[in-house]
Amino acid sequence: MRPRLFAVALVALAACAPASASTSVRTVAIGIHYSAFSLDAIDVEPGETVRFVVTNTDPIDHEFIIGDQAVQVAHELGTEAFHPPRPGEITIPAGETVSTTFTFGERDLLFGCHLPGHYVFGMRGTVDVV
Amino acid sequence: MRPLRLPLAIVLGLFALLIAAPAWACGGLVNTNGSVTLVRTTTLAAYHRGIEHYVTSFEFAGGTGEFGSIIPLPGVPTKVIRGGDWTLQRLVQETQPQPEAFALAATAGAAEDRAQVILKTEIDALDIVVLEGGGTAVGDWAREHGFFLPPDAPEVLDFYAERSPIFMTVRFDASRAAEQGLGAGDGTPVHVVIPTTNPWVPLRILGLGAGPEAPVEADVYLLTDLEPATLPAPLTPGLATRLPQDLHPGLVLERSEAASPSLLTDLRDDKGMEWLPSSGMWLSYLRVDARAGDLDYDLAIDASGAGQPSPVAAGLAPEAASDPAGAPSYGPAIWTAIAVLVLLGVAAGRERRRTGRPAV
Repeated sequence: MRPRLFAVALVALAACAPASASTSVRTVAIGIHYSAFSLDAIDVEPGETVRFVVTNTDPIDHEFIIGDQAVQVAHELGTEAFHPPRPGEITIPAGETVSTTFTFGERDLLFGCHLPGHYVFGMRGTVDVV
Repeated sequence: MRPLRLPLAIVLGLFALLIAAPAWACGGLVNTNGSVTLVRTTTLAAYHRGIEHYVTSFEFAGGTGEFGSIIPLPGVPTKVIRGGDWTLQRLVQETQPQPEAFALAATAGAAEDRAQVILKTEIDALDIVVLEGGGTAVGDWAREHGFFLPPDAPEVLDFYAERSPIFMTVRFDASRAAEQGLGAGDGTPVHVVIPTTNPWVPLRILGLGAGPEAPVEADVYLLTDLEPATLPAPLTPGLATRLPQDLHPGLVLERSEAASPSLLTDLRDDKGMEWLPSSGMWLSYLRVDARAGDLDYDLAIDASGAGQPSPVAAGLAPEAASDPAGAPSYGPAIWTAIAVLVLLGVAAGRERRRTGRPAV
Protein backbone atom coordinates (compact mmCIF):
# COMPACT_ATOMS: atom_id res chain seq x y z
CA MET A 1 0.00 0.00 0.00
CA ARG A 2 1.32 3.39 -0.93
CA PRO A 3 1.85 5.76 1.95
CA ARG A 4 -0.91 8.10 0.77
CA LEU A 5 -3.45 5.32 0.54
CA PHE A 6 -2.39 4.02 3.94
CA ALA A 7 -3.07 7.40 5.47
CA VAL A 8 -6.47 7.60 3.85
CA ALA A 9 -7.27 4.15 5.12
CA LEU A 10 -6.35 5.14 8.65
CA VAL A 11 -8.57 8.20 8.49
CA ALA A 12 -11.40 6.11 7.15
CA LEU A 13 -11.00 3.56 9.90
CA ALA A 14 -10.99 6.26 12.54
CA ALA A 15 -14.11 7.82 11.08
CA CYS A 16 -15.95 4.55 11.01
CA ALA A 17 -14.94 3.35 14.45
CA PRO A 18 -17.50 3.82 17.22
CA ALA A 19 -16.69 6.52 19.73
CA SER A 20 -15.01 4.33 22.26
CA ALA A 21 -14.66 5.84 25.72
CA SER A 22 -11.47 3.97 26.32
CA THR A 23 -9.63 5.44 23.35
CA SER A 24 -9.64 9.05 24.54
CA VAL A 25 -9.17 10.89 27.77
CA ARG A 26 -11.72 13.52 28.63
CA THR A 27 -10.72 16.37 30.89
CA VAL A 28 -13.10 17.51 33.60
CA ALA A 29 -12.28 20.70 35.49
CA ILE A 30 -13.50 20.94 39.07
CA GLY A 31 -13.22 23.97 41.30
CA ILE A 32 -13.24 24.10 45.06
CA HIS A 33 -14.39 27.29 46.74
CA TYR A 34 -15.66 27.79 50.29
CA SER A 35 -15.16 24.06 50.85
CA ALA A 36 -17.57 23.08 48.10
CA PHE A 37 -16.95 21.25 44.83
CA SER A 38 -18.19 23.07 41.75
CA LEU A 39 -19.82 19.81 40.62
CA ASP A 40 -21.86 17.47 42.74
CA ALA A 41 -22.48 14.87 40.02
CA ILE A 42 -20.37 13.69 37.11
CA ASP A 43 -21.53 11.43 34.27
CA VAL A 44 -19.03 9.05 32.68
CA GLU A 45 -19.28 6.21 30.20
CA PRO A 46 -18.45 2.63 31.09
CA GLY A 47 -14.72 2.19 30.77
CA GLU A 48 -14.09 5.87 30.23
CA THR A 49 -10.83 7.44 31.34
CA VAL A 50 -11.20 10.93 32.74
CA ARG A 51 -8.51 13.40 33.70
CA PHE A 52 -9.75 15.52 36.60
CA VAL A 53 -8.14 18.93 37.00
CA VAL A 54 -9.02 20.18 40.45
CA THR A 55 -8.38 23.80 41.44
CA ASN A 56 -8.56 24.79 45.09
CA THR A 57 -9.07 28.52 45.66
CA ASP A 58 -9.50 28.15 49.41
CA PRO A 59 -6.78 28.99 51.95
CA ILE A 60 -7.08 25.46 53.34
CA ASP A 61 -6.11 22.10 51.88
CA HIS A 62 -8.65 19.75 50.36
CA GLU A 63 -8.82 16.24 48.88
CA PHE A 64 -10.45 14.67 45.88
CA ILE A 65 -10.97 10.98 46.46
CA ILE A 66 -12.82 8.78 43.96
CA GLY A 67 -14.09 5.38 45.03
CA ASP A 68 -17.00 3.34 46.24
CA GLN A 69 -18.59 3.64 49.65
CA ALA A 70 -15.94 1.42 51.20
CA VAL A 71 -13.17 3.66 49.88
CA GLN A 72 -14.91 6.75 51.21
CA VAL A 73 -15.39 5.19 54.63
CA ALA A 74 -11.78 4.06 54.75
CA HIS A 75 -10.56 7.58 54.03
CA GLU A 76 -13.02 9.13 56.43
CA LEU A 77 -11.65 6.93 59.19
CA GLY A 78 -8.07 7.05 57.99
CA THR A 79 -5.21 9.14 59.17
CA GLU A 80 -3.38 9.76 55.91
CA ALA A 81 -2.70 13.47 56.08
CA PHE A 82 -1.45 13.78 52.54
CA HIS A 83 -2.17 11.55 49.57
CA PRO A 84 0.69 10.59 47.31
CA PRO A 85 -0.05 10.57 43.59
CA ARG A 86 -2.45 7.69 43.17
CA PRO A 87 -5.13 7.41 40.49
CA GLY A 88 -8.28 8.99 41.82
CA GLU A 89 -6.81 10.08 45.14
CA ILE A 90 -5.17 13.47 45.43
CA THR A 91 -4.57 16.22 47.93
CA ILE A 92 -5.00 19.73 46.59
CA PRO A 93 -3.02 22.17 48.73
CA ALA A 94 -4.46 25.62 49.36
CA GLY A 95 -4.45 27.76 46.26
CA GLU A 96 -3.13 25.05 43.96
CA THR A 97 -4.30 22.93 41.05
CA VAL A 98 -3.69 19.18 40.94
CA SER A 99 -4.82 16.62 38.38
CA THR A 100 -5.48 12.90 38.48
CA THR A 101 -6.52 10.43 35.82
CA PHE A 102 -8.95 7.65 36.59
CA THR A 103 -10.50 4.89 34.50
CA PHE A 104 -14.02 3.98 35.46
CA GLY A 105 -15.60 0.57 35.27
CA GLU A 106 -19.26 -0.31 35.22
CA ARG A 107 -20.19 0.86 38.70
CA ASP A 108 -21.28 4.23 39.96
CA LEU A 109 -18.79 5.74 42.39
CA LEU A 110 -18.51 8.59 44.84
CA PHE A 111 -16.03 11.39 45.29
CA GLY A 112 -15.28 13.48 48.33
CA CYS A 113 -12.85 15.19 50.66
CA HIS A 114 -12.02 13.50 53.93
CA LEU A 115 -10.04 16.08 55.83
CA PRO A 116 -11.63 16.50 59.28
CA GLY A 117 -15.21 17.66 58.96
CA HIS A 118 -15.12 18.27 55.21
CA TYR A 119 -17.24 15.32 54.03
CA VAL A 120 -19.97 16.06 56.54
CA PHE A 121 -19.75 19.73 55.61
CA GLY A 122 -20.87 18.74 52.11
CA MET A 123 -17.69 18.06 50.16
CA ARG A 124 -18.96 15.03 48.29
CA GLY A 125 -20.61 14.01 45.05
CA THR A 126 -21.44 11.11 42.78
CA VAL A 127 -19.96 9.70 39.61
CA ASP A 128 -22.72 8.09 37.56
CA VAL A 129 -21.77 5.57 34.90
CA VAL A 130 -24.29 6.04 32.13
CA MET B 1 -23.44 17.36 66.98
CA ARG B 2 -20.95 19.14 69.14
CA PRO B 3 -22.64 21.28 71.74
CA LEU B 4 -21.09 24.67 72.15
CA ARG B 5 -21.37 26.57 75.36
CA LEU B 6 -20.20 30.12 74.90
CA PRO B 7 -21.10 32.41 77.72
CA LEU B 8 -20.22 35.69 76.10
CA ALA B 9 -20.31 38.93 77.96
CA ILE B 10 -20.13 42.06 75.93
CA VAL B 11 -20.24 45.54 77.36
CA LEU B 12 -20.63 48.45 75.02
CA GLY B 13 -19.80 52.01 76.03
CA LEU B 14 -16.75 50.53 77.21
CA PHE B 15 -17.39 48.51 74.22
CA ALA B 16 -16.76 45.02 74.64
CA LEU B 17 -15.89 42.15 76.65
CA LEU B 18 -15.65 38.72 75.29
CA ILE B 19 -14.86 35.83 77.53
CA ALA B 20 -13.73 32.64 75.94
CA ALA B 21 -13.00 29.92 78.35
CA PRO B 22 -11.43 27.53 75.94
CA ALA B 23 -9.39 29.25 73.36
CA TRP B 24 -11.72 27.80 70.80
CA ALA B 25 -14.60 29.67 72.15
CA CYS B 26 -14.35 33.32 71.51
CA GLY B 27 -13.09 33.20 68.03
CA GLY B 28 -12.86 30.43 65.62
CA LEU B 29 -10.60 28.18 67.52
CA VAL B 30 -8.43 25.91 65.67
CA ASN B 31 -7.22 22.64 67.06
CA THR B 32 -4.66 20.64 65.21
CA ASN B 33 -7.08 17.77 64.82
CA GLY B 34 -10.00 19.96 63.93
CA SER B 35 -11.95 19.21 67.05
CA VAL B 36 -13.97 21.87 68.79
CA THR B 37 -12.98 21.91 72.43
CA LEU B 38 -14.79 25.03 73.35
CA VAL B 39 -15.65 24.98 76.98
CA ARG B 40 -16.65 28.49 77.82
CA THR B 41 -16.05 31.92 76.35
CA THR B 42 -16.69 35.37 77.76
CA THR B 43 -16.11 38.70 76.11
CA LEU B 44 -16.65 42.30 77.11
CA ALA B 45 -16.98 45.02 74.52
CA ALA B 46 -17.38 48.58 75.68
CA TYR B 47 -17.65 51.75 73.60
CA HIS B 48 -16.96 55.24 74.83
CA ARG B 49 -15.89 58.38 72.93
CA GLY B 50 -15.11 56.53 69.74
CA ILE B 51 -12.98 53.87 71.38
CA GLU B 52 -13.95 50.24 71.58
CA HIS B 53 -12.48 48.35 74.50
CA TYR B 54 -12.59 44.69 73.82
CA VAL B 55 -11.72 42.45 76.73
CA THR B 56 -11.56 38.74 76.21
CA SER B 57 -10.52 36.05 78.58
CA PHE B 58 -8.96 32.91 77.22
CA GLU B 59 -9.20 29.86 79.36
CA PHE B 60 -6.40 27.38 79.25
CA ALA B 61 -7.75 23.97 78.33
CA GLY B 62 -4.81 22.11 79.81
CA GLY B 63 -2.62 19.47 78.27
CA THR B 64 0.38 19.92 76.08
CA GLY B 65 -1.28 20.49 72.74
CA GLU B 66 -1.42 23.91 71.18
CA PHE B 67 -4.70 25.61 70.51
CA GLY B 68 -5.77 29.04 69.60
CA SER B 69 -8.44 31.18 68.05
CA ILE B 70 -9.06 33.80 65.43
CA ILE B 71 -11.14 36.84 66.30
CA PRO B 72 -12.30 39.43 63.77
CA LEU B 73 -11.96 43.02 64.95
CA PRO B 74 -13.82 46.12 63.75
CA GLY B 75 -10.65 48.16 63.40
CA VAL B 76 -6.90 48.37 63.92
CA PRO B 77 -6.11 48.19 67.64
CA THR B 78 -3.76 50.75 69.13
CA LYS B 79 -2.76 48.39 71.91
CA VAL B 80 -3.34 44.91 73.22
CA ILE B 81 -2.68 44.53 76.91
CA ARG B 82 -3.49 42.22 79.74
CA GLY B 83 -7.04 42.73 80.86
CA GLY B 84 -8.20 43.45 84.35
CA ASP B 85 -8.65 40.77 86.94
CA TRP B 86 -12.35 40.95 87.61
CA THR B 87 -14.07 43.05 84.97
CA LEU B 88 -15.73 40.13 83.21
CA GLN B 89 -16.68 38.35 86.38
CA ARG B 90 -18.17 41.52 87.83
CA LEU B 91 -20.39 41.95 84.78
CA VAL B 92 -21.64 38.41 85.08
CA GLN B 93 -22.28 38.97 88.75
CA GLU B 94 -24.23 42.13 87.97
CA THR B 95 -26.64 40.38 85.62
CA GLN B 96 -26.48 36.74 86.64
CA PRO B 97 -26.01 36.90 90.39
CA GLN B 98 -26.18 33.15 90.98
CA PRO B 99 -23.31 32.25 93.30
CA GLU B 100 -22.52 29.12 91.30
CA ALA B 101 -22.21 31.02 88.05
CA PHE B 102 -19.97 33.62 89.62
CA ALA B 103 -17.76 30.99 91.20
CA LEU B 104 -17.33 29.26 87.87
CA ALA B 105 -16.51 32.47 86.09
CA ALA B 106 -14.06 33.47 88.76
CA THR B 107 -12.07 30.32 88.25
CA ALA B 108 -12.07 30.70 85.00
CA GLY B 109 -5.85 45.83 53.05
CA ALA B 110 -8.36 43.76 52.64
CA ALA B 111 -7.22 42.49 49.28
CA GLU B 112 -3.58 41.93 50.17
CA ASP B 113 -2.15 38.69 48.86
CA ARG B 114 -0.27 38.24 52.11
CA ALA B 115 -1.54 39.11 55.54
CA GLN B 116 0.42 41.89 57.20
CA VAL B 117 1.37 41.49 60.83
CA ILE B 118 0.57 44.82 62.46
CA LEU B 119 1.00 43.89 66.10
CA LYS B 120 2.59 41.07 68.06
CA THR B 121 2.63 40.66 71.81
CA GLU B 122 2.72 38.09 74.56
CA ILE B 123 0.38 38.12 77.50
CA ASP B 124 1.16 35.42 80.04
CA ALA B 125 1.04 32.18 78.06
CA LEU B 126 -0.75 33.73 75.10
CA ASP B 127 0.95 34.59 71.81
CA ILE B 128 -1.13 37.30 70.17
CA VAL B 129 -0.79 38.48 66.60
CA VAL B 130 -2.99 41.09 64.94
CA LEU B 131 -3.20 40.69 61.18
CA GLU B 132 -4.48 42.81 58.34
CA GLY B 133 -5.50 41.07 55.17
CA GLY B 134 -8.25 39.51 53.15
CA GLY B 135 -9.91 36.26 54.10
CA THR B 136 -7.63 34.14 51.94
CA ALA B 137 -4.49 35.94 53.11
CA VAL B 138 -5.41 35.55 56.76
CA GLY B 139 -6.34 31.92 56.14
CA ASP B 140 -2.99 31.35 54.47
CA TRP B 141 -1.17 32.94 57.39
CA ALA B 142 -3.10 30.87 59.92
CA ARG B 143 -2.43 27.65 58.03
CA GLU B 144 1.25 28.43 57.62
CA HIS B 145 1.48 29.09 61.36
CA GLY B 146 -0.03 25.80 62.40
CA PHE B 147 -3.67 26.68 62.80
CA PHE B 148 -6.16 24.10 61.65
CA LEU B 149 -9.04 25.83 59.94
CA PRO B 150 -12.39 24.02 59.75
CA PRO B 151 -14.13 23.74 56.36
CA ASP B 152 -16.42 26.72 56.94
CA ALA B 153 -13.43 28.99 57.67
CA PRO B 154 -12.83 30.26 54.11
CA GLU B 155 -16.34 31.68 53.80
CA VAL B 156 -16.42 33.01 57.35
CA LEU B 157 -13.06 34.76 56.97
CA ASP B 158 -14.27 36.44 53.78
CA PHE B 159 -17.51 37.39 55.55
CA TYR B 160 -15.48 39.41 58.04
CA ALA B 161 -12.68 40.61 55.78
CA GLU B 162 -15.16 42.31 53.46
CA ARG B 163 -16.12 44.63 56.32
CA SER B 164 -12.92 44.79 58.36
CA PRO B 165 -9.71 43.07 57.30
CA ILE B 166 -8.38 42.99 60.85
CA PHE B 167 -8.07 39.73 62.74
CA MET B 168 -6.47 38.79 66.02
CA THR B 169 -5.02 35.33 66.42
CA VAL B 170 -4.40 33.97 69.87
CA ARG B 171 -2.47 30.86 70.70
CA PHE B 172 -1.68 29.28 74.04
CA ASP B 173 1.94 28.31 74.45
CA ALA B 174 1.68 25.10 76.43
CA SER B 175 5.26 25.23 77.69
CA ARG B 176 4.88 28.81 78.97
CA ALA B 177 1.58 27.83 80.55
CA ALA B 178 3.37 25.04 82.38
CA GLU B 179 6.16 27.37 83.50
CA GLN B 180 3.60 29.84 84.81
CA GLY B 181 1.67 27.14 86.59
CA LEU B 182 -1.48 27.56 84.56
CA GLY B 183 -3.98 24.80 85.05
CA ALA B 184 -6.99 23.80 83.05
CA GLY B 185 -9.66 26.42 83.51
CA ASP B 186 -7.31 29.28 84.34
CA GLY B 187 -8.21 32.31 82.29
CA THR B 188 -6.06 35.09 80.85
CA PRO B 189 -7.96 38.30 80.12
CA VAL B 190 -6.93 40.33 77.10
CA HIS B 191 -7.91 43.98 76.60
CA VAL B 192 -7.93 45.29 73.03
CA VAL B 193 -8.30 49.04 72.46
CA ILE B 194 -9.82 49.82 69.06
CA PRO B 195 -10.61 53.31 67.80
CA THR B 196 -13.63 52.96 65.54
CA THR B 197 -16.75 54.81 64.54
CA ASN B 198 -18.54 51.61 63.77
CA PRO B 199 -18.59 49.23 66.72
CA TRP B 200 -19.90 45.76 66.33
CA VAL B 201 -19.58 42.47 68.12
CA PRO B 202 -18.64 39.34 66.19
CA LEU B 203 -21.20 36.60 66.70
CA ARG B 204 -21.01 34.46 63.57
CA ILE B 205 -17.45 33.48 64.43
CA LEU B 206 -18.82 31.67 67.49
CA GLY B 207 -20.24 28.96 65.27
CA LEU B 208 -17.04 28.38 63.34
CA GLY B 209 -16.33 24.69 63.00
CA ALA B 210 -19.64 23.65 64.50
CA GLY B 211 -22.26 21.69 62.63
CA PRO B 212 -25.34 23.62 61.54
CA GLU B 213 -27.48 22.06 64.26
CA ALA B 214 -25.02 22.74 67.07
CA PRO B 215 -26.41 25.16 69.64
CA VAL B 216 -24.44 28.32 70.28
CA GLU B 217 -25.07 30.06 73.56
CA ALA B 218 -23.40 33.22 74.75
CA ASP B 219 -23.91 36.14 77.07
CA VAL B 220 -23.25 39.54 75.58
CA TYR B 221 -22.92 42.64 77.73
CA LEU B 222 -22.89 46.09 76.24
CA LEU B 223 -21.86 49.26 78.08
CA THR B 224 -22.65 52.40 76.14
CA ASP B 225 -23.04 56.09 76.77
CA LEU B 226 -26.68 55.94 75.67
CA GLU B 227 -29.21 53.16 75.43
CA PRO B 228 -28.13 51.40 72.26
CA ALA B 229 -30.10 50.15 69.30
CA THR B 230 -28.86 46.84 67.99
CA LEU B 231 -29.21 44.89 64.82
CA PRO B 232 -30.54 42.26 64.73
CA ALA B 233 -33.02 43.60 67.22
CA PRO B 234 -33.34 41.13 70.09
CA LEU B 235 -36.53 39.50 71.22
CA THR B 236 -37.99 40.27 74.61
CA PRO B 237 -37.73 37.52 77.21
CA GLY B 238 -41.52 37.19 77.13
CA LEU B 239 -41.64 36.56 73.40
CA ALA B 240 -38.69 34.19 73.57
CA THR B 241 -40.43 32.01 76.12
CA ARG B 242 -43.47 31.66 73.86
CA LEU B 243 -41.46 30.08 71.08
CA PRO B 244 -41.57 26.31 70.61
CA GLN B 245 -39.06 24.60 72.83
CA ASP B 246 -36.94 23.37 69.93
CA LEU B 247 -36.78 26.78 68.28
CA HIS B 248 -33.81 28.93 69.21
CA PRO B 249 -34.70 32.61 69.65
CA GLY B 250 -31.38 33.97 68.41
CA LEU B 251 -30.94 37.11 70.49
CA VAL B 252 -32.83 37.89 73.68
CA LEU B 253 -32.52 41.21 75.52
CA GLU B 254 -32.49 40.04 79.13
CA ARG B 255 -31.53 43.35 80.75
CA SER B 256 -31.48 46.97 79.62
CA GLU B 257 -30.90 49.57 82.30
CA ALA B 258 -28.68 52.35 83.55
CA ALA B 259 -25.45 50.84 84.82
CA SER B 260 -25.44 50.93 88.58
CA PRO B 261 -22.89 53.13 90.39
CA SER B 262 -21.52 50.12 92.22
CA LEU B 263 -20.92 48.26 88.97
CA LEU B 264 -19.11 51.18 87.39
CA THR B 265 -17.04 51.73 90.51
CA ASP B 266 -16.00 48.10 90.63
CA LEU B 267 -15.13 48.05 86.95
CA ARG B 268 -13.15 51.29 87.16
CA ASP B 269 -11.11 49.83 90.00
CA ASP B 270 -9.90 47.01 87.77
CA LYS B 271 -6.60 47.26 85.87
CA GLY B 272 -6.89 49.15 82.60
CA MET B 273 -10.48 50.21 83.24
CA GLU B 274 -9.91 53.74 84.50
CA TRP B 275 -11.22 55.19 81.24
CA LEU B 276 -14.72 54.05 82.15
CA PRO B 277 -16.95 56.93 83.28
CA SER B 278 -18.10 56.76 86.85
CA SER B 279 -21.69 57.44 85.87
CA GLY B 280 -24.04 57.80 82.95
CA MET B 281 -23.42 54.44 81.27
CA TRP B 282 -26.08 52.10 79.95
CA LEU B 283 -25.88 48.36 80.54
CA SER B 284 -27.45 45.90 78.12
CA TYR B 285 -27.35 42.17 78.57
CA LEU B 286 -28.16 40.07 75.54
CA ARG B 287 -28.34 36.32 75.55
CA VAL B 288 -27.37 34.50 72.38
CA ASP B 289 -29.19 31.22 71.83
CA ALA B 290 -29.03 30.08 68.23
CA ARG B 291 -28.33 27.15 65.95
CA ALA B 292 -24.87 27.55 64.50
CA GLY B 293 -26.42 27.25 61.05
CA ASP B 294 -28.67 30.24 61.74
CA LEU B 295 -25.98 32.40 63.30
CA ASP B 296 -24.96 34.13 60.08
CA TYR B 297 -24.87 37.65 61.48
CA ASP B 298 -23.00 39.85 63.92
CA LEU B 299 -24.31 42.39 66.40
CA ALA B 300 -24.31 45.95 65.11
CA ILE B 301 -24.64 48.65 67.73
CA ASP B 302 -25.71 52.25 67.43
CA ALA B 303 -25.04 53.99 70.72
CA SER B 304 -25.35 57.49 69.28
CA GLY B 305 -29.01 57.82 70.04
CA ALA B 306 -29.94 57.83 66.36
CA GLY B 307 -31.38 54.36 66.66
CA GLN B 308 -30.00 53.18 63.34
CA PRO B 309 -27.55 50.30 63.69
CA SER B 310 -25.84 49.43 60.46
CA PRO B 311 -27.01 46.40 58.45
CA VAL B 312 -23.51 46.29 57.01
CA ALA B 313 -21.93 46.05 60.45
CA ALA B 314 -24.36 43.28 61.28
CA GLY B 315 -23.31 41.38 58.17
CA LEU B 316 -26.85 41.58 56.82
CA ALA B 317 -26.12 43.76 53.81
CA PRO B 318 -23.20 44.13 51.44
CA GLU B 319 -20.83 47.00 52.00
CA ALA B 320 -21.74 48.92 48.85
CA ALA B 321 -25.47 48.51 49.16
CA SER B 322 -25.88 50.20 52.47
CA ASP B 323 -23.07 52.23 53.90
CA PRO B 324 -23.76 53.38 57.40
CA ALA B 325 -22.29 56.78 56.64
CA GLY B 326 -24.71 57.62 53.93
CA ALA B 327 -26.87 55.08 52.35
CA PRO B 328 -30.27 54.07 53.44
CA SER B 329 -30.44 52.71 56.89
CA TYR B 330 -33.02 50.29 58.09
CA GLY B 331 -34.81 51.05 61.29
CA PRO B 332 -34.47 48.50 64.04
CA ALA B 333 -38.22 48.17 64.15
CA ILE B 334 -38.22 46.76 60.64
CA TRP B 335 -35.61 44.19 61.54
CA THR B 336 -37.46 43.31 64.70
CA ALA B 337 -40.59 42.75 62.66
CA ILE B 338 -38.69 40.62 60.17
CA ALA B 339 -37.12 38.56 62.93
CA VAL B 340 -40.47 37.99 64.60
CA LEU B 341 -42.12 37.09 61.31
CA VAL B 342 -39.38 34.65 60.46
CA LEU B 343 -39.59 33.01 63.85
CA LEU B 344 -43.36 32.83 63.70
CA GLY B 345 -43.12 31.52 60.15
CA VAL B 346 -40.81 28.74 61.23
CA ALA B 347 -43.07 27.93 64.13
CA ALA B 348 -46.08 27.84 61.84
CA GLY B 349 -44.26 25.61 59.40
CA ARG B 350 -43.38 23.18 62.13
CA GLU B 351 -46.95 23.18 63.33
CA ARG B 352 -48.15 22.47 59.77
CA ARG B 353 -45.76 19.57 59.41
CA ARG B 354 -46.82 18.15 62.73
CA THR B 355 -50.56 18.42 62.15
CA GLY B 356 -50.67 18.15 58.40
CA ARG B 357 -52.72 21.31 58.14
CA PRO B 358 -52.07 24.99 58.11
CA ALA B 359 -51.26 26.56 61.43
CA VAL B 360 -53.39 29.44 62.50
